[in-house]
Amino acid sequence: MAEYQNIFTQVQVQGPVEWGMENENNMMEERIGKPFFSQLAGWIGNAQIGPVFLGWTGMISLATGLLWFNIVGLNMLAQVGWSIPEFLRQLFWLALEPPGPEHGLSMPPLNDGGWYIISSFFLLVSVMTWWLRSYLLAQQHKMGKHVAWAFASAIWLFLVLGLFRPVLMGSWSEAVPYGIFPHLDWTTAFSIRYGNLYYNPFHCLSIVFLYGSVLLFAMHGATILAVTRFGGDRELEQIYDRGTASERAALFWRWTMGFNATMEGIHRWAWWFAVLTPITGGIGILLTGTVVDNWFIWAQEHNFAPMYDGSYGYADYGSYEAFIGQEN
Amino acid sequence: MFPKWFDDWNKKNPKDIYGPAILVGAVGGAIFVAAFLVTWGQPLATDSMQTGPRGQGMSVPEFKADLATPDPAIALVSENEPLIPEAGEQLAGDIYENVQVLGGLTDANFNRLMAAMTEWVAPEQGCAYCHGDGDLETYGEDNLYTKVVARRMIEMTQNINENWDGHVNANKQVGVTCMTCHRGQNVPSNIWFKITPVNESVAGWSANQNRATSISQSTSLPSDALEKYLLEYETIAVHDLESRVDNQPGDPLIQQTERTFSLMNYFSNSLGVNCVFCHNSRAFYDPGQVTPQWGTASLGIAMVQELNNDYLVPLQDIYPEHRLGPIYADAPKAACKTCHQGYQQPLQGTNVIADWPELATTSGTPVYE
Repeated sequence: MAEYQNIFTQVQVQGPVEWGMENENNMMEERIGKPFFSQLAGWIGNAQIGPVFLGWTGMISLATGLLWFNIVGLNMLAQVGWSIPEFLRQLFWLALEPPGPEHGLSMPPLNDGGWYIISSFFLLVSVMTWWLRSYLLAQQHKMGKHVAWAFASAIWLFLVLGLFRPVLMGSWSEAVPYGIFPHLDWTTAFSIRYGNLYYNPFHCLSIVFLYGSVLLFAMHGATILAVTRFGGDRELEQIYDRGTASERAALFWRWTMGFNATMEGIHRWAWWFAVLTPITGGIGILLTGTVVDNWFIWAQEHNFAPMYDGSYGYADYGSYEAFIGQEN
Repeated sequence: MFPKWFDDWNKKNPKDIYGPAILVGAVGGAIFVAAFLVTWGQPLATDSMQTGPRGQGMSVPEFKADLATPDPAIALVSENEPLIPEAGEQLAGDIYENVQVLGGLTDANFNRLMAAMTEWVAPEQGCAYCHGDGDLETYGEDNLYTKVVARRMIEMTQNINENWDGHVNANKQVGVTCMTCHRGQNVPSNIWFKITPVNESVAGWSANQNRATSISQSTSLPSDALEKYLLEYETIAVHDLESRVDNQPGDPLIQQTERTFSLMNYFSNSLGVNCVFCHNSRAFYDPGQVTPQWGTASLGIAMVQELNNDYLVPLQDIYPEHRLGPIYADAPKAACKTCHQGYQQPLQGTNVIADWPELATTSGTPVYE
């Protein structure tokens, strides 16, 4: 009766906290924080919070990440004259900007991008050590490295935007600003400067994989939830010992669209779609400004930006007076 | 909370009331909303003005409710027919002292214009706003800054009407008068001043953007767009027009793109339109895919550059301190919004010049018909 009284997971079981196993790498010694239960967390996942394994990668990553965060925040605060109310008011508008184009790849003055370069270095260390952490932890758990490689695909896009492309363009000013609205402005301006990124085939591919990921996620999630009553939520068991849940799910899709992924293969589908999103996107960004300077003209040259027949200007479609209802 | 018998009864008669309650509530609510939509109509109905070939989404949408409400400022425009001069009538220049610009007007038309200017610019202060509290004999004096500025503004208005016909009267004769900007106020409400740098402790591009300001139209785009493009004649450019990389020195960088974006955003807000009023947004730069409005707007850019540099900025030393910019004590400047004030055509295309041939020419001798 009381099986689905929470949002995603089954009834919350709270007993003695689980510490995980002691293993040959003595990871136990580095597990920190006293574990506790959170009913709120239990609604959406495991109710147990902690312990956390930090290790040297986690420590370096957190420390350098915090340094980056604080450099960005303090720079924003300095820009509003150290006024906390103004800082809060303008928070979404403020940014730590990369240096101006006149500085090229040299080290600029601190107040014109110098802090940006320094903070970016810390962010780089932070992200790379966090990646190492995802790799090493998988290794110590004797797992595959799928999470690390998926994360690496996102890091590829991050490195293209902040490191590879600026270096190829010969200027740090090509990097993305650290700010909420400013990085969105940068994105729009980037597309417009290079003649409309929607005509960049790699941008198209990236969108396909992004939307594809969403679709696959919804289909897989829905399928598994739908066969949970037959034990389908125990996906791993279903993979090596196929039961009625798998059979029904497979039949459902095969009868619906003639094809079904397998209980194991669907995860490869999802993993590759997700991973290919930043990989193709990164290729598209890397080519922009280094190889192609105007994607719309490039698309015209390759015959996939058709012209539309018809006049430009509202005069051929009606009058302004008629539009505002003042036609005499 | 409830009496015991009620709780007992409830316990003995368990009933799932939540299911039916949610069902009844949802269905009832839906019927209620549907009934209102059917009887009262769609509350946020829109209409759109197509601006380009179909299939590309080129249109300017507006709420029907907004379209149904004319610009309230149109009510400020009143008819005031010119008095056709008769032969031998005395001219203002002969009657009054120190009439430098409007000397060629007949006395009647001169006073008609003076009275109208009072309505347009200083309805509360009256003649004294420019001429001081003295007797009529002192009206020739140039003691007040307001009078010196007003004279230059009349010249500016005449210049706009005569030489910027291609922008102002692009669709039909509308012209401009003092009213177009002033709307009964001493100082037009949509003027601008230099405000950059907007950020402390930073230099270069970082200093001029990422703050919600009036000039950035509350975006985080650069706040120096009006000053660079509408005052300092910087080239408005965004793209490299080669498909493959062929960057020449001086080609725009992404920073120039953002600054142009800021200017264009100011344009849109000033006119109450979107990008596709002038551009086909798939290729902003392409001269083969812009609308005629793009040409009108380009003339407008050149016009504003001239107005700022030849008329408004040189008045800097004439103004008293409280009329100057808050940061750099610079002269107030004009841009699109100063006249348009949110409409595609100022005052929604009301012809304001018909009654004022005096303001339509720089020749000094207006043509009455």
